Amino acid sequence: MRTPPSLLSLSIDSALLNLSNFSDLSPLPDHILLDLFLRTLKAGKLTEKILMLFMATGKDEVLALIQSLNIQLITPVLPTSKKMSQTNIGDDEVDIVIGALHADLTSFLNEWRPLFSRFHLIIVKDPDLREELKIPEGFNLHVYTKSDIDRVVGSSYTAINFSGYSCRYFGYLMSRKKYIFSVDDDCIPAKDDKGLSVDAVDQHITNLATPATPFFFNTLYDPFRKGTDFVRGYPFSLRSGVTCALSCGLWLNLADHDAPTQALKPGHRNSRYVDAVLTVPARALMPVSGVNIAFNRELAGPALFPGLRLAAEGKLRWETVEDIWCGLCVKVVCDHLGLGVKTGLPYVWRNDRGNAIESLKKEWEGVKLMEEVVPFFQSVRLSQAAVTTEDCMLEIVALVKERLATLDPVFARAAQAMADWIKLWKAVGSGSGSSRPSNG
Amino acid sequence: MAAASVKPALLLKDELDIVIPTIRNLDFLEMWRPFFEPYHLIIVQDGDPSKTIKVPEGFDYELYNRNDINRILGPKASCISFKDSACRCFGYMVSKKKYIFTIDDDCFVAKDPSGKDINALEQHIKNLLTPSTPFFFNTLYDPYRDGADFVRGYPFSLREGVPTAVSHGLWLNIPDYDAPTQLVKPRERNTRYVDAVLTVPKGTLFPMCGMNLAFNRELIGPAMYFGLMGDGQPIGRYDDMWAGWCMKVICDHLGWGVKTGLPYIWHSKASNPFVNLKKEYSGIYWQEELIPFFQAATLPKECTTVQQCYLELSKQVKAKLEKVDPYFVKLADAMITWIEAWDELNPSAGDSANLTNGSAK
Repeated sequence: MRTPPSLLSLSIDSALLNLSNFSDLSPLPDHILLDLFLRTLKAGKLTEKILMLFMATGKDEVLALIQSLNIQLITPVLPTSKKMSQTNIGDDEVDIVIGALHADLTSFLNEWRPLFSRFHLIIVKDPDLREELKIPEGFNLHVYTKSDIDRVVGSSYTAINFSGYSCRYFGYLMSRKKYIFSVDDDCIPAKDDKGLSVDAVDQHITNLATPATPFFFNTLYDPFRKGTDFVRGYPFSLRSGVTCALSCGLWLNLADHDAPTQALKPGHRNSRYVDAVLTVPARALMPVSGVNIAFNRELAGPALFPGLRLAAEGKLRWETVEDIWCGLCVKVVCDHLGLGVKTGLPYVWRNDRGNAIESLKKEWEGVKLMEEVVPFFQSVRLSQAAVTTEDCMLEIVALVKERLATLDPVFARAAQAMADWIKLWKAVGSGSGSSRPSNG
Repeated sequence: MAAASVKPALLLKDELDIVIPTIRNLDFLEMWRPFFEPYHLIIVQDGDPSKTIKVPEGFDYELYNRNDINRILGPKASCISFKDSACRCFGYMVSKKKYIFTIDDDCFVAKDPSGKDINALEQHIKNLLTPSTPFFFNTLYDPYRDGADFVRGYPFSLREGVPTAVSHGLWLNIPDYDAPTQLVKPRERNTRYVDAVLTVPKGTLFPMCGMNLAFNRELIGPAMYFGLMGDGQPIGRYDDMWAGWCMKVICDHLGWGVKTGLPYIWHSKASNPFVNLKKEYSGIYWQEELIPFFQAATLPKECTTVQQCYLELSKQVKAKLEKVDPYFVKLADAMITWIEAWDELNPSAGDSANLTNGSAK
């Protein structure tokens, strides 16, 4: 006669079935915890989340078992992501553009490998960088260097300078995909507040593929995220939203502060994970950081370019404002054309690099210029005739020449760079599809 | 640079009133006792004035029922709603304090992700005592919070910020959805704790919820009229919305800030969506007109006090919204009555004369 299962055994089996509902396993007695762990393994139910649940109990026997079995967290090469399938964006609609300011991209690309490996990458080498790029195997990518830039751009667009952080814009020019994700080469994937890896690419694509809501502020943030919606008082006519042209991500650890702020608080690091995506309201301007962004190339491409270049611009973000300038252009254009800009998730982890005080000593012009730049963009009004991003940009160029150029030569050069960029974009950058200028 | 962090607990003990509208009971106060007991409460009892609402022991409070409201305001009591939590704004009017925190009687203490009880009042006070930044959006949210700051590109000339007039808190569990959304998603619960406070930019409107709200009464009090709702009115559940739109237009005009985000409270009661639908029905159609009205509303430079701004708005409401429904003419008149009543109960040297007939109190 078969012995029927004990009540304890049945309880453990039931717990196994409902494992995903547990938030804390520490109240379990050691021997039951161990038994549950073994049955979890046997049932093939050990996921990252559940492993962390067991490890969080701190119980020695379980931890010893995990160690002896050599169980490790390995981020899958093909992350299982429900969101991606919900938004129906194909991998072949995305380019990942990296501006290489460092020659050795080995550890950077290896850190991002699980998230990048299924996409096409465009790597643009900073034309000032002398050494050869070191790139690990296993990626589908195109590399552009100074010679490509010289060949494509030639001598006709003298105002445009692709050196330093601006090298990535050449990648935007060359891409033929619908969406672009760009991240600085001193960032790695972050972990969220529950300790799980953040798929920054997936989150950006979701942000771009779901509508933005710039005309009325939703107090529960992005209403298109799972588990939330529009709140009471939100007009129904505004609930379909508009296309999102730009998705601005954030940074843990070294936040994108300016040099004076970071110099004053050298130990300050951003550790707050804010679980929100929100649309930046129409007519509200913001400082867009190029450290972690994604955009709809057709809509935002002509407005993202090397424009405002500081006299002593350097190879640290503290020594640039080019992305801030572009972001203001993009926002003004989006507000005019009825498009959206989102900010918030995803986070990336930004590695410590550089010295804020040194940067401040070298370059404080950027901080000064913002005092003119922001009021200027706040006052920009575009005409009804401007119906494309290019149209809008040309009107902005005229306004920059009229109102800013006399204040500082840096603005006159920016205006010229903008005008050149639109021409270049029309000549080389426009269009989508599979054809692309050959890799030199 | 971001200001140093504000010291918690017992801040503003003698400068803040907690206004609670109720028609049922105040049992929920037991849970809030550790946080609310040091403060003075103003209870506005809606509905049948012959009913006695028991206030838990140990709280310092004043209670007003409909008879009190009629007695104190006389004919002007017509501007205070009956059978709707909009009556709470009577509490704002009779308060003598600088700050108000208002909360619904079905809102309880929430827990943050670490499991700790959230002191909502403390967070509201921090929000109100630190500046807002409505002129340029900071991507790291409220730069005055511990551990945050302004990002690269934020002009230094804008880093002092402006005074914060309103702190708008949020809710976990039952979200503040309208009736149609409630009917479609009856089981959706807000479980996402977003650890952010942010300033609603200048020129941007939002749906202000009165469930968990604090404001600087001295700055913006007269604009916090919650309208004509409930008994005898064609609309309900738009009281806080109306106040929020008026308030934001005025704050934008006068250069003050409005914050939204933390703190969270736990909203426990899901009201009947069919009852809600009946109340909101007109509002759902009307808000399509109201939002463009408020978005386009401008106030003349000469309006330099809240009362002046509010009276100017009431003129525009009467002129432009009558075609939406005659209710708005009644509402515009009630807005004027509200200001008259406010000035009567709150005379001060700084108030400018009542614009409609020049007879200041």
